[in-house]
Amino acid sequence: MIFRRTLLAASLSLGLLSSAFAGDITGAGATFPYPVYAKWAEAYKAKTGVGLNYQSIGSGGGIKQIKAKTVDFGASDKPLKLEELEKEGLMQFPTVMGGVVPVVNLAGVQGGQIKLTGAVLADIFLGKIKKWNEPAIANLNKGVALPDQAITVVHRSDGSGTTFIFTNYLSKASPDWKNKVGEEASVSWPAGVGGKGNEGVASYVKQIKGSIGYVEYAYALQNKMAYTMLQNKEGNFVSPNEDTFKSAAAGAHWDKAPGFYEILTDEPGKQSWPITGATFILMHKSQTNAENAKTVLKFFNWAYAEGDKLALGLDYIPMPDNVVKLVENAWKAQIKDASGKALW
Amino acid sequence: MIDTLVLRGSFPVAELAKQTPRQNMSKTISDATLKRQHLSDRLFRGTTRMFAFIVFALLVGIIISLLLGAWPALKAFGIKFFFAAEWNPVTDEFGALVPIFGTLATSAIALLIGVPVSFGIALFLTELSPKWLRRPLGIAVELLAGIPSIIYGMWGLFVFAPAFQEHIQPWLIDHLSEVPMLGFLFEGAPMGIGILTAGIILAIMVIPFIASVMRDVFEIVPPLLKESAYGLGATTWEVVRHVVLPYTKIGVVGGIMLGLGRALGETMAITFVIGNAHQFSTSLMMPGNSIASALANEFNEATSDLHVASLIELGLILFIITFIVLALSKLLLLQLAKREGKQT
Repeated sequence: MIFRRTLLAASLSLGLLSSAFAGDITGAGATFPYPVYAKWAEAYKAKTGVGLNYQSIGSGGGIKQIKAKTVDFGASDKPLKLEELEKEGLMQFPTVMGGVVPVVNLAGVQGGQIKLTGAVLADIFLGKIKKWNEPAIANLNKGVALPDQAITVVHRSDGSGTTFIFTNYLSKASPDWKNKVGEEASVSWPAGVGGKGNEGVASYVKQIKGSIGYVEYAYALQNKMAYTMLQNKEGNFVSPNEDTFKSAAAGAHWDKAPGFYEILTDEPGKQSWPITGATFILMHKSQTNAENAKTVLKFFNWAYAEGDKLALGLDYIPMPDNVVKLVENAWKAQIKDASGKALW
Repeated sequence: MIDTLVLRGSFPVAELAKQTPRQNMSKTISDATLKRQHLSDRLFRGTTRMFAFIVFALLVGIIISLLLGAWPALKAFGIKFFFAAEWNPVTDEFGALVPIFGTLATSAIALLIGVPVSFGIALFLTELSPKWLRRPLGIAVELLAGIPSIIYGMWGLFVFAPAFQEHIQPWLIDHLSEVPMLGFLFEGAPMGIGILTAGIILAIMVIPFIASVMRDVFEIVPPLLKESAYGLGATTWEVVRHVVLPYTKIGVVGGIMLGLGRALGETMAITFVIGNAHQFSTSLMMPGNSIASALANEFNEATSDLHVASLIELGLILFIITFIVLALSKLLLLQLAKREGKQT
C-alpha cells in the first residue's frame, strides 16, 4: 500500500514535471483529498490539456506554501479562521467531504460490531479506559465477547488534518478532552503510539493486537479494517458510509459560515456520521498571476460540475449544488487581479 | 628544490641525463618548466585547501543556521528545554527530554548488542574461520551494510515486531520486571514496538558497519606478531586480547564510533518501530521518540513558529550530542595512548 502510493505519487509528479508547460497549475497541501485531486487532474488534462501538479505534503505544508506564494493554491483539511484569512489576504472554499473512522484490531471482531459513544472514545484516547472488557465499553456492547486485553491507542505522529477533525470531534464529545488535550492538527497525546500518515496508523493497528486508531474512511475500506459504530448527536448508532456522511453534510450551514469556516463534526441528523469533515482550497485574494488563478478556478469549476462521479468512486462526498453556488459567488466577490478586477 | 631532487631521481630524467652526458644535471629541466610545475603545485595545494575549507564553512554555516532557527525556542524555554517532557503543539509548550532519552537509549542498546556481536564476527572471520568460508561471510556482512534503512524499518514493523510481541516480550516482562534494580526497564504491556525494539533493529543495522571495520583492522595486524605470541604458547583469546586489540585499538574505536554515528542519526527505521510517542517512560517496552524521527514526523506539518523552532533546536541538540560523542572517542584514544607501554 505504502509502496503503491509513493510509486504513484512519484510517477505522477515525474510525469507532470516532464510535461509541465506554461498553462499548468500547481498546488500543494492536504494528503486526505490527494487521490481525488489526482483523478480530477488526470481527467481534466485529458479533456483540456491543462495539467495540475499537486504535491500532497500535508495540510500544514500547504498552508505554509500558499502563504509563501510558491504555489497557485494551497490545500488544507483544517479550515483557517476568518481572522487568519484576512491577515494573510487569503480566501478558502471547500471541495469534497469525507469521514474519519475509528478502527480496531480485536480477535473475532468484524467491522461494525463494536459500538462506541464519543465520550467513551475520548476516554479511551485519554488512557482512562485501559481494557476492552471495562464496563464503559461492555455496557454498550452486550452480546459481543470483549477480551480481557489492554487497549493500545494508535494516533498520528505527524501533524494532520485528519487529526484535527478527530480531535475537534472528541473536544465536542468530551469536556475532559477539551480541557486536557484540545483540538489541533497535532496534539499532545496522553496515551498510545504514533504512526506516520494514514498508512502508518493503519499498519500499526493491523500489527498490534487490542489496538484502536483512526483513519480516513477510504483507508479503512481499502485495508478492510474493522471500523466501529458511533453514537451521533441524536443518539443513534451509525456506521460510516456514503449515506451517513451525506446526512452530516446536509446539516451544515455553509451560508452562515463566514470564510467557509465550517467543521462538520457532531452534526445533527438521525443518520449523521459524527466525524465528518470537508477539505479546503486556499487562494490569495489579490492575484499577481491572473492567468494561473483563472485556470485554477476553471479547474475547480469543472470539478464541481463534472467530478462528482470520480469523487464518489473514491468514497468522497461531493459538495451539494447550493454550496457550489456559494463558493462561486465568493470567487466573484473576492478573487481579483492586480488591478482589482474580478477574475471569475 | 625538493621537486627537482625528486625529479632527478626519477627514471625519464636519468635516461635523459645518460643520453646527453655533456649537459649539466641541473639544466635537464629548464627554469620555465620548473616555474610551471611550481605554479601547478601551488594551484593544486590551493584547490585542495579550498575544498577542505568548504567543509569547514559548511559546518559553521549549519551551526549558525541551526542557532538562528532555534533562537525563538532557546529564548522561550532556555535550559528547561532539555529537561521538560512536555511536547504540546496546542499550548505551544515543548521539551526535549523524551526524544533525547529515546535517541540515547536506542543507541546504547544498539551498541550493547552490536559491539560484542560485531567483535565476534570480525574475530571469527580473521582468526578462526576456515579459508573457504571467509569470502562468502565477508561479502554477506558487506551486503547487509548496503541495505537501505527503510527496509530494516519495514522488516522491523511487519516481521520482527509481531514475533517479538508474541514470543519474547511476554517472557521478558514476566521474568525481568520483578528483578530488583533492573525491573523498571521491563514493565508494561507487550506492544511489539517501543524503545527496546528500536534498539534491537538499530543493533542489526550497525553490526555490519562495526564488523566490517573491525575485520579490516584485524587483518592488518602483522602475522609476525601473532605468530610470535602463538609461539610463546598463547591461546587464541590471549593473542586477540594482548596482540590484536592493542595493535588495532584506534581502528576498533573508530568502527564503534561509526556505528554509534549511524545509530544516533538513524531516522526511517526508528520511525517505524519506536512508536513515536512523546511520553516519558523508563520502561524499554513502552513507545518513545527519537530526535531524528521527531524531526521526520513533524517538520512538514509544524505550523506555529515555536514548534518549528523547537524542532530545529532538537536538530541542534543532535548535532551537539554527535560532537560530544566524537570528542569523547578522541579523549578515549588519548587515554589509551598514554597508557601505552606502561602495563600489559
